[in-house]
Amino acid sequence: MTAAESGFFGRLNWEAFPIAGLIQDPNTNEIVANAAAGVVIVGVVAVLGLLTWFRLWGPLWRDWLTSADHKKIGIMYVVFAIVMLARGVLEGVVMRAQQAAGPGEGFLEAKHFAELFSTHGTIMIFFVAVPFVFGLANFLVPLMIGARDVAFPVMNQISLGLTVSAGMMLMVSLVVGEFSTGGWTAYPPYTGAAFNPGVGPDYWIWAIVVSGIGTTLTGINFAVTIYKLRAPGMKFMRLPMYCWTIICSSILIVFAMPPLGVAALLLAADRYLDFHFFTNDLGGNMMNYANLFWLFGHPEVYLLVLPAYGIYSEVFATFSAKRLYGYNSLVIATMSIAVLSFTVWLHHFFTMGQSALINAVFGIATMLIAIPTGVKVYDWMATLYRGRIRFSVPMLYGLAFLMLFVIGGLSGVILANPTVDYQVHNTLFLVAHFHNVLLPGVLFGLLAGYNYWFPKAFGFRLDEAWGRISVVLWTVGFMLTFLPLYFVGLMGMPRRSYSWEDPSFHPYMITAVIGALVILAALLSVVVQLWVSIRNREQTRVPVGDPWDARTLEWSIPAPPPPYNFAIIPRVTDRDDFAAAKERGAAYPHPDRYEDITIPRNTSIGFVLCVLSGVWMFALVWWIWWLAALVTVMMILSFILWTFQTDTEEVVSAEDVRRQHEAWLDLVRNATPVTRDHEGAPENTGLARPDLEAAT
Amino acid sequence: MKPAPTHSYPGLNLGRRHAGAHKATEVVTFGFWVFLMSDLVYFGLMFGVYITMIDAQAGGPGPHELFDLYSIFAQTLILLTSSLTVGLAMLALKYNLPRGRIVLWFAVTLLLGLSFLVLEIRDFMSMADKGGIPQRSGFLSAFYGLVPLHGLHVAAGCVWLVVLGIQLRVMGMTDLVVSRMVRLALFWHFLDLIWIGIITIVYFGGLTYG
Repeated sequence: MTAAESGFFGRLNWEAFPIAGLIQDPNTNEIVANAAAGVVIVGVVAVLGLLTWFRLWGPLWRDWLTSADHKKIGIMYVVFAIVMLARGVLEGVVMRAQQAAGPGEGFLEAKHFAELFSTHGTIMIFFVAVPFVFGLANFLVPLMIGARDVAFPVMNQISLGLTVSAGMMLMVSLVVGEFSTGGWTAYPPYTGAAFNPGVGPDYWIWAIVVSGIGTTLTGINFAVTIYKLRAPGMKFMRLPMYCWTIICSSILIVFAMPPLGVAALLLAADRYLDFHFFTNDLGGNMMNYANLFWLFGHPEVYLLVLPAYGIYSEVFATFSAKRLYGYNSLVIATMSIAVLSFTVWLHHFFTMGQSALINAVFGIATMLIAIPTGVKVYDWMATLYRGRIRFSVPMLYGLAFLMLFVIGGLSGVILANPTVDYQVHNTLFLVAHFHNVLLPGVLFGLLAGYNYWFPKAFGFRLDEAWGRISVVLWTVGFMLTFLPLYFVGLMGMPRRSYSWEDPSFHPYMITAVIGALVILAALLSVVVQLWVSIRNREQTRVPVGDPWDARTLEWSIPAPPPPYNFAIIPRVTDRDDFAAAKERGAAYPHPDRYEDITIPRNTSIGFVLCVLSGVWMFALVWWIWWLAALVTVMMILSFILWTFQTDTEEVVSAEDVRRQHEAWLDLVRNATPVTRDHEGAPENTGLARPDLEAAT
Repeated sequence: MKPAPTHSYPGLNLGRRHAGAHKATEVVTFGFWVFLMSDLVYFGLMFGVYITMIDAQAGGPGPHELFDLYSIFAQTLILLTSSLTVGLAMLALKYNLPRGRIVLWFAVTLLLGLSFLVLEIRDFMSMADKGGIPQRSGFLSAFYGLVPLHGLHVAAGCVWLVVLGIQLRVMGMTDLVVSRMVRLALFWHFLDLIWIGIITIVYFGGLTYG
């Protein structure tokens, strides 16, 4: 069947459902595929059932899905990321189990294994790391810069909608049809129509295009928010380090997402319209794809890791009870990394035929990145030096990061040498390297941030004991899983192999699967920690809002913050303004007068576009042209109709603000201050006793 | 003593509540600039792809057989004139001229935009008659990936003009509508800028090196 002659349901038929495969030929491979589809279906039914049982549809719609409040959008991003993380981790465990089965053994077919590594990579980068990073940024940035919301609250909601609908396509691909087998990079011509006529690459393309648009809008939003909405006195060099990293990430997004969009859309033109951008015949050139993809792909890893650096900077400063050491050098290092990240993309394909000179140039550029990164590591260690260190959960993640990340960074410097890269290209050494920077770098940072800011978002602390168990499990699990891969990679084991023959790989593979199970336990411990914390929340409430004796503006307001964030927009006079205010006894000031505050009104446009874009992607994947055309028109019309809405803001009266704010100030007055030694105790209601010494 | 900082769009008349409206317009307009930067990267990459594929004609028709410079000249004149008329609309807005004047210049812009599109589509059809379809070669794929993308932007601009015209009628000269006009003007000038790149790189470059 060609694209032009597809019928009412396009190319969708009974064979597309995994159950068909199970009935025709029941084997382990089909059972695993059906189990995965079953989990998705059961999960969806369970969520729908619980929402109905507890009558939560109304609150869900009013308080969350239609909300334009940056804090709620941030929380929804993080929830989505954690759900997707669960799938990504499970896929990792299945892959490690397949490779641990022994030489020539295993329970999966090659194609199924290829789908697993393709979805694992796509999910972990685009639907775990990105939404988690920008979920935290959504919640934090306006609070840190003293703003009432992001610059474009409704666009923010649309970004969330597009990211979620794209992620849902990966879930749908489990139940209907198949996913791409081309890896997360989806190199043509393998993913072109000639070699891969099925729906797999199409799921990849549209998920990437739609989530890419969402991410681009997010980048624009945060760049503008930080440039234009800072509170009076919040000069650039007074910005919290975290905001600096977000501004760099946003700049990276604005310039780096377009290459991905171009790469994916040109691939779509090849597949759908028979263009010849990347085909083998008629003048196509796949190197254009490799260049476009990595022109995005390399800045992408920095746009993920820079915010994690920002989180560590805040965590190290707070839990060392010190000002961040070397703020200026950290700012310069962050900016340097952001700029350099655009000059190194070619190191992802040293082996694909450039001259030695070009490889050398890009190799040296890559090694240069180690310099600003090294500056950062020393700055963080100097922050710890002579600090009054508390080994709280975020700090423990930070320490694990410092040690493990250096190993990952150094293996990156090794890979940056083209001659070495020729030896280990496409081996598990590379897999070990990027997991070594992405887990301790990005994921630990995000988990540290989750533990650190959770009390701000929900008004109670997370359980410390389970938090510590989590840290240990993640760290041990990471080391067991990925450090052996360095060795087995040096021994020559190719990545992405569903089967292997050399018996000397076996012990490493066994170690790695044990590590993968520990990582699974780590993920479960995060869930248990959340469960235990919710159960014990009455003992850990911190309504005053500053449980860690922290330093930046977001801690100077109630936990959870009111919808308008700040009753009075603060006037910033210092870096770490809240810490400075506590030091001179000027925290929690009583305002003389209050003003009406406008906040964005609820709107359903983000949800509408989320659903419509989901249907649109599905229709395109399955060649249901009438539906795709219909939904395209509907999306454009619903957006145009939305622009006719003028009543987009609502006012909180000065009297309401005064009442709420003074109630909270009473709470502050009556709260018992706790020292840092007792911050884990129930007495900690979020008022810190300022005992800052003149630290170095 | 330094004068107090002025706002970035001092010439616009945004109704009575100047300060707040100016502040809001400044944020939105800055955001739109950032969006245009991102869009510019899209076009930049497509230019790059086109340049690498100028030789990839695979025995199919090339620039010399396909490009009609007379039509391109006419399209250029039309598009540059439309940028002038958008500018005149902005001046009318700035100097508080009667609303009819603004509507007139926007209407002329819309007409010019539509005639540009008609000419462009005629070009594509005559290219197709000569066998210049995107499925023929990498070069033609790159051409059809880039030039119609610009055309699509012009079409979006035309839709925007129509919607804004309706909004002017329904909502009146509100701060919101005025601020959207400012952004539409930016967008239209941006399209002109891209077109200059297209005639230079796609048409002249194609004829020189293709």
